[in-house]
Amino acid sequence: MIEDKELMVEMLRRMLCIRYFDEQAVELVQRGELVGAVHAYIGEEAVAVGACLALRDNDYMTGNHRSHGHPIAKGGDVRRAMAELLGKSTGYCKGKGGSMHLADFSIGILGESGILASALPVAVGAALATKIRGEKRVVAAFFGDGASNEGTCHETMNLAAIWKLPVIFVCENNQYAVTTRFTEVVATPNICDRAAAYNIPGVLVDGQDVVAMYEAVSEAVERARLGLGPSLIEGRTYRYQDHSEGLRRIVRDPYRAEEEIAYWRTRDPILLQRNRLMEMKMASEAEIALMEAAERARIAEALQFARQSPYPAPEEVFDDLFSNPIPIDRS
Amino acid sequence: MAVITFADALNQAIKEEMRRDKSVFIMGESIRGGIYGVTGGLSQEFEAMRVLDTPLSESAFMGAAVGAAAVGLRPIISSLSSFYWVAMDQMVSQAAKMTYMFGGQVRLPIVYRAGMTYGNNIAAHHSDRPHPMFMNMPGLKIVMPTTPADAKGLLKTAIRDDDPVIFFEDNTLMGARGDVPEDMDFLIPFGVADVKQAGTDVTVVALGGMLPRALAAAVQLKGEGISVEVVDPRTLVPLDKQAILDSVAKTGRLVVVDMAHKTCSAASEIAAMVSQEGFWNLRAPIQRVASLNVHFPFSPALEKLVFPNEEKIIAAVKRTLE
Repeated sequence: MIEDKELMVEMLRRMLCIRYFDEQAVELVQRGELVGAVHAYIGEEAVAVGACLALRDNDYMTGNHRSHGHPIAKGGDVRRAMAELLGKSTGYCKGKGGSMHLADFSIGILGESGILASALPVAVGAALATKIRGEKRVVAAFFGDGASNEGTCHETMNLAAIWKLPVIFVCENNQYAVTTRFTEVVATPNICDRAAAYNIPGVLVDGQDVVAMYEAVSEAVERARLGLGPSLIEGRTYRYQDHSEGLRRIVRDPYRAEEEIAYWRTRDPILLQRNRLMEMKMASEAEIALMEAAERARIAEALQFARQSPYPAPEEVFDDLFSNPIPIDRS
Repeated sequence: MAVITFADALNQAIKEEMRRDKSVFIMGESIRGGIYGVTGGLSQEFEAMRVLDTPLSESAFMGAAVGAAAVGLRPIISSLSSFYWVAMDQMVSQAAKMTYMFGGQVRLPIVYRAGMTYGNNIAAHHSDRPHPMFMNMPGLKIVMPTTPADAKGLLKTAIRDDDPVIFFEDNTLMGARGDVPEDMDFLIPFGVADVKQAGTDVTVVALGGMLPRALAAAVQLKGEGISVEVVDPRTLVPLDKQAILDSVAKTGRLVVVDMAHKTCSAASEIAAMVSQEGFWNLRAPIQRVASLNVHFPFSPALEKLVFPNEEKIIAAVKRTLE
C-alpha cells in the first residue's frame, strides 16, 4: 500500500480529469460539434494513470486509438488535446491528427496510433535508442486485447526481449475488440500468459485498481531501468461505452449484457480510489468534491479554449509533410 | 577519386556517416556478416549496438527505426524491396504519416535501404520494384541511384536528411564500377536530375538499372543517326520536373524507362507530368517502357520477356520518330 498521500490524491485527480474530458468528448459527439471517431476511455482510467504515474517525466509512452487517457495520464495539456479534437490550429497536432492521434513529444508522448499494435514497434525503437545512448529512460507501450493478436505484437515483444530493452508492455484488456470478446480470440486464459514465450515477466493486474497498476508497473520500470528488459503487464479492465461513439448505429445486435456493464460499474476505478482515500483519511469528502469541481472547471476551460481557437488556414494543408521540405505538386 | 563498385560506394557512404555522426546506426537481417557486401566491415569497426542483426521481424525493426528516429537517432535499415511488404503498416501508418499527422512535432531521419533484385531467376516473391507504390504515399522521399558516385553522394544525403527516405538499390548495378569522390562531404542534393548523355532528337528518362540499358540503346541509335539524350532523375520524390521538361523542350520526344510494372509506374507519373506541363513541346506521343503487367515468372525463357531491355527501348525511341 502507498503511504504517499500526495501521490494517492494525484491518482484520483488524473482519473477524474480523464473521465470528465471523455464525458465532454462524448457529449460533443452527440451534439454534432465533434466530428470523426471518438473512443472513450471511461472505465479504464486506472490503467493509464497507474502506469504513467510510475514513469518519470522524461520517460516515453505510446498509445492507441482509445487515445485521450494516456496523454492526460502522462501529464498532457487538456486544452491542446481538446483543441485537437475540434480540429483547431492550437491543437497538439495543429488539427492534422484529431482524437485518435494525440501526441506531445516534449513530454515523451510519442503518439497515439489508430492502427492497432502499430505503435508497439515505435515504442521498442524509442527503447532501443535509450539503450544505444546509455540512458536510463523507459517506455510504456499501451495496447489492447484486440491488438494483442496482431503479428506485430509478437515481433516487438520478442525483439524487446532479446535486446533486453526498457519497455513496459501495458495491455489494457477491456475484454472486447469492438464486439468480440477476448476469450473467443485469445488462446491462453490471460494475455499476460504469453510473456512466457518471450522469457519475460507477465503479470495480471486488477485494472480497476489504480494502486495495483501503479505498483505492478513500478516494479517493471525498476527492472527496465536496471537493464533487465521488458515486462508484460495486463490490466484487466472494462469500457462502459461502446468501442466508439455512435457504434450503436452500425452494430445492430447486442454483444454484451447490461448486467455485465452494471457489475463493472460497481468496480469503477474512480469510485474505488475515492473510497480508499476516505478510508485511509487521505482526503475528506469535501476535499474530493473540491477536486471534482476543479477538474470539471479545467475541462470546461479547455473546451472554451478549443472553441475560441481558430481553425487551421487553408494554406496550412501542405505544412509539416516533411521536416526538410521539398517541392510538392500542389495542383 | 578512386574507381570502386556501386556496392563499395554504398559501403563507404555508410562508414563515413557512422564515423561522422554517433547517432547513425544500422540494423537489418544478417548485416553483421556483411551480406551482399554493402555492410561489410561495419561490425568490425563500430560498437555492437550500432550494427544490429535483427530477427526476421520486418514490422518490428522497420517500425523500431521510426521510434529510434523520433527520439533523435538516425537509423539505417538494410533490407530487400520484397521484404518491405511485410512491414507495410510501419512504412505507411508510421514512417510516412507521423510527421504530418502529429503536426510537425517529430523529425524522422530514417534511411530504408531497399535492394531490388530482378532478372535473376528468383521468381515473383523476390523480384519486386515497388517504388511507384511508395511514390503514391505522401511523406516518403524516394531515391534511386544509377552510378557508384551517385550511390555514395545520394546515400550520404539520405542519411543526413531529416525525413524517411526509401533508398532503392538496383541490385543489377551492384558490380558496376565508376569514379567515386573520397571527400567526406560529397553530397548529391535530392531533386536534381543528371543528364547522363546529351542529345537532340529524343529524351529518354531511365531509372536505376534501366540507365545502362538506355545508354547502350543510345549508342546503337547513334549509329543509325538518332541522337538520344539520357536523363537520370536520381530521385523520384522529389522529382526534378524542370530538368525533364527542359530536355523535352529541346527534343520534343519522350521515352520513360522504368523497371516497375507499367500501370501506375514512375514512368506513368513522369509521362502524365510532361503531358500536362510540357504538352506544347511534344512532337510525338510519349512512350513508356516498363515491365509487363504480370508477375516475374521464374523460367529464364519467360522472365526476360517481362522487363525492359535495349531492344524495347530502341523500338520505343523509333516510335516517337515515326
